[in-house]
Amino acid sequence: MTTSTQITSEMSLAEKRDIMQQRVAKSLKRRHAQETRFKMIGMGAVGLALAFVVILFATILSKGLPAFWQAHITLDVYFDPDVIKIDDKPVRQSTESEAAFNQRMLAWQTQLGFVNFNRIILDSLEKVIPDAKAYQRDAMRLVTSGERFALRGMVEENPSIIGQTLKLNLLADANVDVWIKDNIDRSLPDAQQQLSAKTRQWVDELEARGIIQNKFSTALFMNPDSRSSLASAGLAGAFMGSVMMMLIVMFLAVPVGVASAIYLEEFAPKNKLTDLIEVNINNLAAVPSIVFGLLGASVFILWFKLPLSAPIVGGLVLSLMTLPTVIIATRSNLKAIPPSIRQAALGIGASKVQSVFHHVLPLAIPGILTGAILGVAQALGESAPLLLIGMSSFVASVPSTPFDQSTALPVQIYLWQGNELRNFFEARTSAAIIVLLSLMISLNALAIWLRKRFETRW
Amino acid sequence: MGAMQMTFSDEKKPTPTSGKVKMAARDVKVFYGDNEAIHGVNMDIMENEVVAFIGPSGCGKSTFLRCLNRMNDTIDICRVTGKVTLDERDIYDKSLDVVQLRAQVGMVFQKPNPFPKSIYENIVYGPKLHGLVNSKSDMDEIVESSLQRAGLWKEVKDRLDSPGTGLSGGQQQRLCIARAIAVSPEVILMDEPCSALDPIATSIIEELIDELKGSYTIAIVTHNMQQAARVSDKTAFFHMGDLVEISETREIFTNPKDRRTEDYITGRFG
Amino acid sequence: MSNLVLLTVLLMVMAVAYQIGLVRSKRMSVAAVDGGTRMHSRPAYHGTLVALWTVVPAALIYMVWSFFQPNILNSMVMSQLPSEVLTASDNELRILLNRIINLSTGFGLADEAQAYELAAAEMLRELRNQGNFIMLALMASVASAGLVLTWRRIQPDLRARNQVEVVTRFLLILCSTIAILTTIGIVFSMLGEALRFFSFVSPADFFFGTTWNPRFSTVGTSGQTGFGMLPLLWGTLMIAIIALLVAVPIGLMTAIYLAEYAPSKVRAVAKPVIEVLAGIPTIVYGFFALVTVGPFLNMLGATLGLEIRATSALTAGVVMGIMIIPFISSLSDDIITQVPKAMRDGSLGLGATKSETIRKVVIPAALPGIVGAILLAASRAIGETMIVVLAAGNSPVLTANPFEAVSTMTVTIVNQLTGDLDFASPQSLVAFALGLTLFVITLCLNVVALVIVRKYREQYE
Repeated sequence: MTTSTQITSEMSLAEKRDIMQQRVAKSLKRRHAQETRFKMIGMGAVGLALAFVVILFATILSKGLPAFWQAHITLDVYFDPDVIKIDDKPVRQSTESEAAFNQRMLAWQTQLGFVNFNRIILDSLEKVIPDAKAYQRDAMRLVTSGERFALRGMVEENPSIIGQTLKLNLLADANVDVWIKDNIDRSLPDAQQQLSAKTRQWVDELEARGIIQNKFSTALFMNPDSRSSLASAGLAGAFMGSVMMMLIVMFLAVPVGVASAIYLEEFAPKNKLTDLIEVNINNLAAVPSIVFGLLGASVFILWFKLPLSAPIVGGLVLSLMTLPTVIIATRSNLKAIPPSIRQAALGIGASKVQSVFHHVLPLAIPGILTGAILGVAQALGESAPLLLIGMSSFVASVPSTPFDQSTALPVQIYLWQGNELRNFFEARTSAAIIVLLSLMISLNALAIWLRKRFETRW
Repeated sequence: MGAMQMTFSDEKKPTPTSGKVKMAARDVKVFYGDNEAIHGVNMDIMENEVVAFIGPSGCGKSTFLRCLNRMNDTIDICRVTGKVTLDERDIYDKSLDVVQLRAQVGMVFQKPNPFPKSIYENIVYGPKLHGLVNSKSDMDEIVESSLQRAGLWKEVKDRLDSPGTGLSGGQQQRLCIARAIAVSPEVILMDEPCSALDPIATSIIEELIDELKGSYTIAIVTHNMQQAARVSDKTAFFHMGDLVEISETREIFTNPKDRRTEDYITGRFG
Repeated sequence: MSNLVLLTVLLMVMAVAYQIGLVRSKRMSVAAVDGGTRMHSRPAYHGTLVALWTVVPAALIYMVWSFFQPNILNSMVMSQLPSEVLTASDNELRILLNRIINLSTGFGLADEAQAYELAAAEMLRELRNQGNFIMLALMASVASAGLVLTWRRIQPDLRARNQVEVVTRFLLILCSTIAILTTIGIVFSMLGEALRFFSFVSPADFFFGTTWNPRFSTVGTSGQTGFGMLPLLWGTLMIAIIALLVAVPIGLMTAIYLAEYAPSKVRAVAKPVIEVLAGIPTIVYGFFALVTVGPFLNMLGATLGLEIRATSALTAGVVMGIMIIPFISSLSDDIITQVPKAMRDGSLGLGATKSETIRKVVIPAALPGIVGAILLAASRAIGETMIVVLAAGNSPVLTANPFEAVSTMTVTIVNQLTGDLDFASPQSLVAFALGLTLFVITLCLNVVALVIVRKYREQYE
């Protein structure tokens, strides 16, 4: 049988073919197995990549969603006139100058500032926990410290509530929140617990009586960051900072990027210089973002003496970073406009500039907008360069101008993940991520909608 | 007809056919989506003969050719019904392996498509895949004999390691033929193999086809009626997805039975 | 505040000037038609031209003036100060100037002002008012001159459109130079600061030193030690390599499956979903590494009997790999689909199976492009910051063990430039030297990758 498996030169073509067919048949099983294996590996890779997306989102959502609901204590708060001993809120007299009125107002606010609102809270707590005053320290750990400023704000807003009793939902302390959400091991010994045994016992009691409940909290959205009252730390400051920076990017990077793309695509002569600009832009798009941070630190902060931590500097840095993205997107959209449009415009006597601005650009606008929005979304998620221009410092206020100290959403996430109270901030950080991702997804959805809505086929 | 001077294949060398049907098509229909591109073609291809498919553009001749080794399988929306047999076995039968089929029915394409590898690697590509060669000497042998058969050996024997894409168009096409021959197929399908080549390269390929007939069954699609006349034993005329007529090449060009065939070969449309 | 008012006024003047030009042009065009001639340009161009000539010179004056005025006024005031005050050190003089400026703007001082300070502040205020008045007068006269002169130039043969278009082009060119200026800015700013750093530490010690521990060196002493970059470079490379080991197989096989095998419906869903990974901010990946992947790897190590730190090169590398999967998969997908169909047909026609065709023909043909894509991904991995800041463990030691904590160049840049460091110390300046090195490395990778990819594209076009 060996002769039938060896091919020799004196064999006829038919004999050779027979042997070869046998060999092909013999190889089939192995090769089909290989084919199946290869395909399975491919499916596995796709499955793995999809699984990463799912795991990532599942992790963030499962950790972050509960943080939108926070422990609240429902108390009857009596605004005791014996504790809140202040004058009437000043009203501006017609004869009074503005300065004089401000002076009086300031004095009144100072007076209000001295009021012991902790006492008000403690009195209210006493109504639900009879021995609250005996264990004052433990009792005051129930309500987060920021709530006394909230009460003061209410009085300042409307002094007529003095003497009234209002049913209020006060934000519980971060540790209370951790305790009732079982985010801490309840069996840990006292020394390792954040709350005293007394406080923990009260929390369980109050929860059983329905006085402590998880309620949707607006603190996350309405408040700036806080270090003294962790439960009321919010994203308002970071959000404002991010919005300002995005506006700056929109008003700087987008027009400049579109203009330079128009020049490069429509007007620039083809020569060494424009080649260089082209290569330069492609490279700039791939420069690590942290390098832009270094640029910002040395040029804007060291040379131009712009303030640290200011959204104006962040906006400028992010604009420079987004510029190449906008240019590349705009150019590819301009390229997609068929030359016949330009020729038609030039043919009826329009100048080059007119043909571009009246005919080509309007057709490319939807695509350009899509690219610009994606660029802005990318800038929104960027944090590394912002760390280098001081935006990672703690800012407890909402910026009102781009020159004020501020932080940004991704940087706030960076700051929160490092907070020592991990049990509380892991969830809150995830919630902040959800907010950031929702913003980015909305921007992307807008971009996709624009593309679909105005899509033109040539 | 009169003015056209034709050279016919049988004036050069008679084809030693065994009279055995190599491939047969019965009521073959091809659909692209809902669009029927071929309407029920019946055809017998005899062993070791050369059949030319002619017809105007879009008549379905290439589509039909691609049915013969199931290359249409690679197009998602394409569907084939009817029966195609190779040595009386249905090639669309589930039990038949398309890999094995294509090893038996090789194909040469319109545009020369050598792989971006050396000439040597291009030739041994098929044999290696199918496990036809075990040693370096086997491979050397197969490279030499295939290139010899394709008439390319003398031109490239000193640069077997240079890339196949570096050859001229005609040489590339002969390399592709050599590549097909290397797996010892029984049938070779050629889809307008000369349409991308200049006249000199074309005549070399035509001579090559002439050399190959007798050892291989060849089906060739061509736009060029003179070419069909020169190389083929039989000619099939396709029109709008129908096989209008098939008969001896000389017969079709001198005495077409169908009006459409006559119109086409006398140049009234095409 | 006054800037805002001025800006509004300028915009209003611009609108008025445009209208004036427009009206004159329209009247003239009626007259021109009667006279049998035609206007060269449309009224809108005349209006724009008038508006430009009215506002632009005035705005330029404003910019130049407000750039120079403060310094000139300050030096005028300082020269008037009593001579005994002027003997103080530069620093004290700067403080003094600030006090005077604060007094003059009505901002006030924390303590009592000296008599000479008050006098100087008064003088500064006077000068500033005068200066502002002169500036405004100048602006107004230039603006009206521009308005009147251009208004009179509006004639049928005025080539207003061409002039406006020259301005348009100039603006476009100006915008496209900003990208160049950014690159120049990056190079020079980093080069400048890096050179200052190299005046403290010799380049040889920096580039070839194997210890990174700058905290123990004291400012001012020559021969700073502990600035060896190698541990950071190694950490960077190790994490990038791990990332590529994760991302290249998964990304490439994903691209192959989606391009060659997947039914179009699967492709239409899977491709965008995987690309979502590319849009997620890196800080989110960092957090994911910290709370999920790190502890998972740590636990996995424990069951396998390995000691894997939760924050380690492995954690950072794996998560970074996940981040660059879509990067590799979509670039490779583009490149694979560009391989001509004829090439696939040639292989399939010889009886090759689909996977044989892919492995032996398509991938070799696409290899240059794929290599380019991998280099681009590598450059991204090397420059990535937030993931490593959170997940690499920040321990700048030379170790070959990926289960250990490491540090990278980007992490160190962040560490050295955050907090209250002064920009004159080598501890801060080293960030620029590291940044420059990082920039050069990624630039080389990008240039090579872009050239390869471009060559590849041209081959099949």
